[in-house]
Amino acid sequence: MILSPQYECMPAEERRRLQYARLKNLVEKLYARVPFYRERFDAAGVKPKDLRGLADIAKLPFTTKDDLRTTYPYGLLACPQAEIEEIHMSSGTTGIPVVDAYTRYDMECWGEAMGRTLSGAGATRNDTVQNMYGYGLFTGGLGAHYGAKRIGANIVPMSSGNTAKQLMVMRDFGTTILTCTPSYALYIAEEAREAGIDLKKLKLRAGCFGAEPWSENMRKEIEAAIGIDAYDIYGLTEITGPGVAFECECKNGMHVNEDLFYPEIIDPETGAPLPDGEKGELVFTTLVKEGTPLIRYRTRDVTYLERGECSCGRTTVRMHRLFGRTDDMLIIRGVNVFPSQIEHALFEIEGTEPQYLIIVDRGETHLDSVELQVEVKKELFSDETRGLEVLKHRIESVMKSKLGIMLDVKLVEPKTIERSIGKAKRVIDRRKI
Amino acid sequence: MAIQQISIFLENKSGRLADVTRVMAEGGINLRAISIADTADFGILRVIVDKPEAALAALAAAGYTTRTTEVLGLEIQDVPGALSKVMDVFKQTGVNIEYLYASLEKSGDKAVVIFKVEDIAHGAKIVKEKGLSVIDQF
Repeated sequence: MILSPQYECMPAEERRRLQYARLKNLVEKLYARVPFYRERFDAAGVKPKDLRGLADIAKLPFTTKDDLRTTYPYGLLACPQAEIEEIHMSSGTTGIPVVDAYTRYDMECWGEAMGRTLSGAGATRNDTVQNMYGYGLFTGGLGAHYGAKRIGANIVPMSSGNTAKQLMVMRDFGTTILTCTPSYALYIAEEAREAGIDLKKLKLRAGCFGAEPWSENMRKEIEAAIGIDAYDIYGLTEITGPGVAFECECKNGMHVNEDLFYPEIIDPETGAPLPDGEKGELVFTTLVKEGTPLIRYRTRDVTYLERGECSCGRTTVRMHRLFGRTDDMLIIRGVNVFPSQIEHALFEIEGTEPQYLIIVDRGETHLDSVELQVEVKKELFSDETRGLEVLKHRIESVMKSKLGIMLDVKLVEPKTIERSIGKAKRVIDRRKI
Repeated sequence: MAIQQISIFLENKSGRLADVTRVMAEGGINLRAISIADTADFGILRVIVDKPEAALAALAAAGYTTRTTEVLGLEIQDVPGALSKVMDVFKQTGVNIEYLYASLEKSGDKAVVIFKVEDIAHGAKIVKEKGLSVIDQF
């Protein structure tokens, strides 16, 4: 199913003309309205009139996650505040969130992008979409919701968690499409097995899985366990949320909704654009966004782009499944976590020193688990086990409130966490993704 | 009146008790009483030694996290009901006990029970008033 062939199957040249027109319009608007961008452009010595073709985008300065932090909350707003209809947030490196503000038009575009995503997985108005992404500030839940609305499907807004009820709804309402993180899909499959429910006998036929890194092996596992086609989807709060790119039935890379989000691949060291097929950092420009548009936003995700018509009929560029990141961000149960956030949080707990080690694993439950090892200093050491248990729980609750995830604190002896000269090794990621 | 007890933080890893006792052995330190409290992840080793200062120095040099705590050591007759009598005294006088452990005196005819009480000053006062047989080193 192709939701909007007029955009998705557009001849490449025509699309480039459309992208250029949209880019030019965006750059002129931002230069005139947003002081942040005007200063950046001036510092880089570029003017909107220097943009004579799409390739000239390489002259424009990048925007980074740090910029979003320093302009929090509304410094990048490109429209009157009254036009904002919704905001979403994800975590930033120091606890200052990254904000995406949507106008009515932005919401429509988001629904369109996510509608195309669900259509890519074969969903239509005849489907029942069980949305198990978390609802709230996280873009996953409402993003999938608006997409399902766009295609006129029946939406069951389950949000995440409550697995027993998820299984009940799946069976009783004949859910056909699942939307959740891939690890939750595996978790559900396991719970179903334990509850004696054979998911393969239900009406389920496809799932759109994203918000965390996964692999071809996980895809095979999910497909075998649930009896569905599993599709990889890509998105990030800064750009719009889910719906930036998605797989079609060919499962040969994710089609980027590039009439809305213009992708580039750059060398993360030099910032120089890289040709198609070459691995580098993914950069996006939001071509039509009104609320918080971004010019050349550095996602820190590593992938490559592939052009050429896909056998599904779409002509949009495809991005390969992510290879990793250029920074140390971890994605744990769909939540972005930076080791520096843990460090900041530890600073706030009296007596702790920022000697810590994070061990991320994905155990038999298929859900990510995080162990945070903290060294017990003399000042923290209580002679009673109760005192140490209290300390452990205090650190856990501070982390929960700062990071939004539950982690397991393990108190360890001093000097047992490896010290290294220069950049200390703070993260051990044992997940076999 | 109070005795210095040394508490040592230990991770629940095999061989840690062997390591810590070796440190004290090499420092020529004699253990008078020993007890361990443990949870799934960690343990607290509590010891009473003949040379607390030397023990602390040796443990610090080996990188252990330690803490000293004042505890009460009471001599208890090695007969049925002896500990119960002491407990009754503590109960009546509001001396709250956080934990205790027992050891043997050198001569072997009495037991020494180490009490960690909530309020050491109050505990010590009661022990004195009631004429309990307290030791300050052994």
